[in-house]
Amino acid sequence: MNKPALPNSFRTGPNEQGMFGIFGGRFVAETLMPLILDLEKEWEAAKNDPAFKAELTALSTFYAGRPSKLYFAEGLTKHLGGAKVYFKREDLNHTGSHKINNCLGQILLAKRMGKKRIIAETGAGQHGVASATVSARFGYPCVVYMGATDVERQKPNVFRMKLLGAEVRPVSAGHGTLKDAMNEALRDWVTNVEDTYYLIGTAAGPHPYPEMVRDFQSVIGAEARAQILEQEGRLPDVIIAAVGGGSNAIGLFHPFLDDKDVKIVGVEAGGRGLDGIEHCASMNAGRPGVLHGNRTYLLQNGDGQILDGHSISAGLDYPGVGPEHSWLRDSGRVDYVPILDDEALEAFQLCTKVEGIIPALESAHAIAQAMKIAPSMGKDEIVIVNLSGRGDKDVHTVAGMMGMEI
Amino acid sequence: MTDTRIDRRMAKLKAEGRPALVTYFMGGDPDYATSLSIMKALPKAGADIIELGMPFSDPMADGPAIQAAGLRALKGGQTLVKTLAMAADFRKGDDDTPIVLMGYYNPIYNHGVERFLADAKAAGVDGLIVVDLPPEMDEELCIPALKAGINFIRLATPTTDDKRLPKVLQNTSGFVYYVSMTGITGSALADTAKVGEAVRRIKAHTMLPVCVGFGVKTAEQARLIGASADGVVVGTAIVNAVASVLGPKGEKVADPAEAVATLVGGLAQGVRQARLAAAE
Repeated sequence: MNKPALPNSFRTGPNEQGMFGIFGGRFVAETLMPLILDLEKEWEAAKNDPAFKAELTALSTFYAGRPSKLYFAEGLTKHLGGAKVYFKREDLNHTGSHKINNCLGQILLAKRMGKKRIIAETGAGQHGVASATVSARFGYPCVVYMGATDVERQKPNVFRMKLLGAEVRPVSAGHGTLKDAMNEALRDWVTNVEDTYYLIGTAAGPHPYPEMVRDFQSVIGAEARAQILEQEGRLPDVIIAAVGGGSNAIGLFHPFLDDKDVKIVGVEAGGRGLDGIEHCASMNAGRPGVLHGNRTYLLQNGDGQILDGHSISAGLDYPGVGPEHSWLRDSGRVDYVPILDDEALEAFQLCTKVEGIIPALESAHAIAQAMKIAPSMGKDEIVIVNLSGRGDKDVHTVAGMMGMEI
Repeated sequence: MTDTRIDRRMAKLKAEGRPALVTYFMGGDPDYATSLSIMKALPKAGADIIELGMPFSDPMADGPAIQAAGLRALKGGQTLVKTLAMAADFRKGDDDTPIVLMGYYNPIYNHGVERFLADAKAAGVDGLIVVDLPPEMDEELCIPALKAGINFIRLATPTTDDKRLPKVLQNTSGFVYYVSMTGITGSALADTAKVGEAVRRIKAHTMLPVCVGFGVKTAEQARLIGASADGVVVGTAIVNAVASVLGPKGEKVADPAEAVATLVGGLAQGVRQARLAAAE
């Protein structure tokens, strides 16, 4: 297959139909279509409304704690002995991950649209917690769909959501992970379309979600770009982020897409290896297909049935990926590489030991990639890793992997 | 105007003055042979149009009953290729009853749109209902299907307002499938008076027959809906009839085709009394 001609800018998508090349679109049931068109209209209006921007900025600053710091990870840099490694500290945000950036934006949209009820899907529970948080803050009832397997492996987050007043509905279909939670959230939405706002947590789903979530998350990359220019006087050589659905990654990547000398790397969950089906590396081992409202790379069998996949990290345990990533993959602008469960676990432990930072298992995948490339890079070179969330939620899983009871 | 088995059947029923009974079942549930016997039993029991469900791993618009049926079918080895083979097998003994394939887009996209349409045409398929292809995505499958001489049947819903209806109806052919409420398959039936109102609203915009589904389970409901609609679609009740004769491990404790035939026989009587109900 011929690669499409390189565009002048990688930052102009999607088009009016919500397409990034052949990816994206609006593959949803008719019941949802009028609402999705309404949402698109409302999002267009909000984007250009100074009052909306001002309210979001105020909340981001005083409620979520932005800007997040760009931290020089000296311990890790010394340990690796090569490039300077920086962490974009999304783990320091209110609720402990980048998810709050998107939730604040969308809850303001829900308010504009006069919706009465919030639903969300969650994998690791970070988005569920952020959704429950903004629902509490703005006085909305909130229902969070979460795969039964994830409810089990992310207990602390389940409890946090309940404390915040959300109802957590476990979904036992399939493997009981993010894909199944998203199916169930869509079923709720199609049933309660009149009064319900679906707060999608990742840069996937039908248009305009991938664009909207990206724009809310792009604050990560915009800040990181300004911060590295201020702290180092130049752009980084490599930026790295973990990709499940891909919201923290697209948030970091997007402001750098037209900086041609910045190498961009997305890290997929390699699980137990790409040979079998126990991974979630849809862009390394999948094919384009249609699921959850958009066309994108998917793990699927020969008949077009979606596979469940596997990752140690609940937040990466999804057989698809946001459509813009699929387009960036095919256009060659971003490299997507797999990191195995074991490698992520090793990065989790190393980061904890040499930096005193417990990273989320999702973010540990990105750190593991930095561990691979930094040692062979020059000491004057710079790598930025998106530390998308903190790892308190993962201590049970990690203990289990290490054969310990806590 | 297309000329397919669906168009001919609808015209014939209109002349007879009664609504169509449109029956959905899941292809391959619980296995190919049993499912084919169910399909063959449908017209004999009084079904006018058959919707042959194509199982999908992630049926986002379906309730628990059809989700479970799809999983049983996939576990039983059903694939898109086998569903097409089932249509072709059925056609060997019945060249009149329209077959509409119903499901989700990914297995079709994965098979290749052109190849799928050629295979479907060869198998004697007359129409398609693809839940996750709204009019905004017509270039994907709807337009190519029309060119291939296959009806593309669109869903209209309570959220499809008068402004949007023309867009929904534009490339629709065969019939319009009115989903009687916002929700997933298998939910409770909507208020029949409201359904009648909605059917009249849609008919003001199109010459196409309007069939109504979602929530119809009994002969009495079929009779009431059929008073205003050109067709009554029954799905979950049929899928439940199959499930009701399967044991805990999926083994057959009675003949699923017979269970389906009994249900459909009753529904068929319901639609045949529908216009009498309208005259009451």
